[in-house]
Amino acid sequence: MSTNSHPASPLDRPWCLDERVAVRPEPFGALLYHFGTRRLSFLKDPLLLKVVQSLADHSSARSACESAGVGAEAMPAYERALGTLAGSAMIRVRDGR
Amino acid sequence: MTLPLTAQFARGLSAPICLTWELTYACNLSCVHCLSSSGRRDPRELTTAECMAVIDELERMQVFYVNIGGGEPTVRSDFWDLVSYAVAHRVGVKFSTNGIKITPAVARRLVGSDYVDVQISLDGATPEVNDAVRGAGSYQTALRAMGNLAEAGFAGFKLSVVVTRQNVGQLDDFAALASRYGAQLRLTRLRPAGRGASVWHDLHPTAEQQRRLYDWLVAHGESVLTGDSFFHLAGYGEALPGLNLCGAGRVVCLIDPVGDVYACPFAIHQSFLAGNVRDEGGFARVWRESELFASLRQPQSAGACTSCSAFDACQGGCMAAKFFTGLPLDGPDPECVRGHGATALAQAAVAPRPSPDHSHRRAPVPVTIGRRRPPDRACDENPLAGYVPA
Repeated sequence: MSTNSHPASPLDRPWCLDERVAVRPEPFGALLYHFGTRRLSFLKDPLLLKVVQSLADHSSARSACESAGVGAEAMPAYERALGTLAGSAMIRVRDGR
Repeated sequence: MTLPLTAQFARGLSAPICLTWELTYACNLSCVHCLSSSGRRDPRELTTAECMAVIDELERMQVFYVNIGGGEPTVRSDFWDLVSYAVAHRVGVKFSTNGIKITPAVARRLVGSDYVDVQISLDGATPEVNDAVRGAGSYQTALRAMGNLAEAGFAGFKLSVVVTRQNVGQLDDFAALASRYGAQLRLTRLRPAGRGASVWHDLHPTAEQQRRLYDWLVAHGESVLTGDSFFHLAGYGEALPGLNLCGAGRVVCLIDPVGDVYACPFAIHQSFLAGNVRDEGGFARVWRESELFASLRQPQSAGACTSCSAFDACQGGCMAAKFFTGLPLDGPDPECVRGHGATALAQAAVAPRPSPDHSHRRAPVPVTIGRRRPPDRACDENPLAGYVPA
């Protein structure tokens, strides 16, 4: 997917979980499994799980983070985590609809 | 954010990440290193309805996928129905097969589902090396299956190889073979479990071969799958991709054909039996409440390895490999890269016998087609003369 003409930070874009991803909450956060790529990912804290699960309800990842209670000082860590999830196709940018 | 992820995993998860389910002990082959001593079907095998109930439970527990094996799982007459049932319930299936039932029609049916993956077992890149372990004709069977999958357009199926002293020199050939069929190579460790216990001393890689295997794995990184099975090699230095811990009862377990739940696929023995899916509360209760699994989720003693600088990397190696070679569970792995395993083996206790055993009762009979034997008796030309039913 092209990132031209889009803001550089994943925080400023609208995201959702890929339809082929299953999420299983665990005491440490959650396990994610992508049935298409057959890859497993880990969410290492429960707050990140909350963010990921609410991505589709927000106009941007930043808004999802803020609403979940992620403070400004922690935002760069969440930006990195979302970038990693995007890189492994666990989350994808929502199209216009 | 408190403990590292692997430490969290060691305490156990709400459901396994990697669940192996051996559907049947029946098998058309008699591989000398079979982990589950398969051959004959067990009359107590789970019925179709019981298998479907297990799948329902896996769906509720959000087990993402199961690794189905055996025996040869595809010889169960309800195998394809069970695969369809699992997929319909969003439980992915990766099944291991020697390829016997992977016809062109089956291959075409398997393509295109994100939920089904196929793993073809092959233990030699040449018929000589493979068939010595897996039986006459098994190389051709596997390659025909791979050809059918490739022809049908099934990209990325797995070519699964147990690394042995005899095939460790063929790693590049296996990689080339996988690539020729559009498959991904998967290498796993030879475990002294099942019938493998009796051939392990002759088949496991030598220390020098292990070092070359490690270097090869490091060089090939994530392009080769290992099922995390070589974490004992992390003692050489750099960890290999994966979790690098023994997942028994923590992130992995095994359901056997009669519903018995063991701590891992390499530990089919009474000592590692946690319960049965037919018990009250089913598989979920065994996973969550069995005493064996609870004890495995406690911090484990490093025992004789406490003072070793490699312990943080290798974690003492594989529990099943130690058990079936007669080594203490808190001692070094028999293939310890520092050589402590070899020392320990020299003074090991008598190794426990693997249990249960479903091996074919007779050794496989070599094919003698084309060599006509003289009739048993001059008057006996019945076509079945000399035929002894199995």
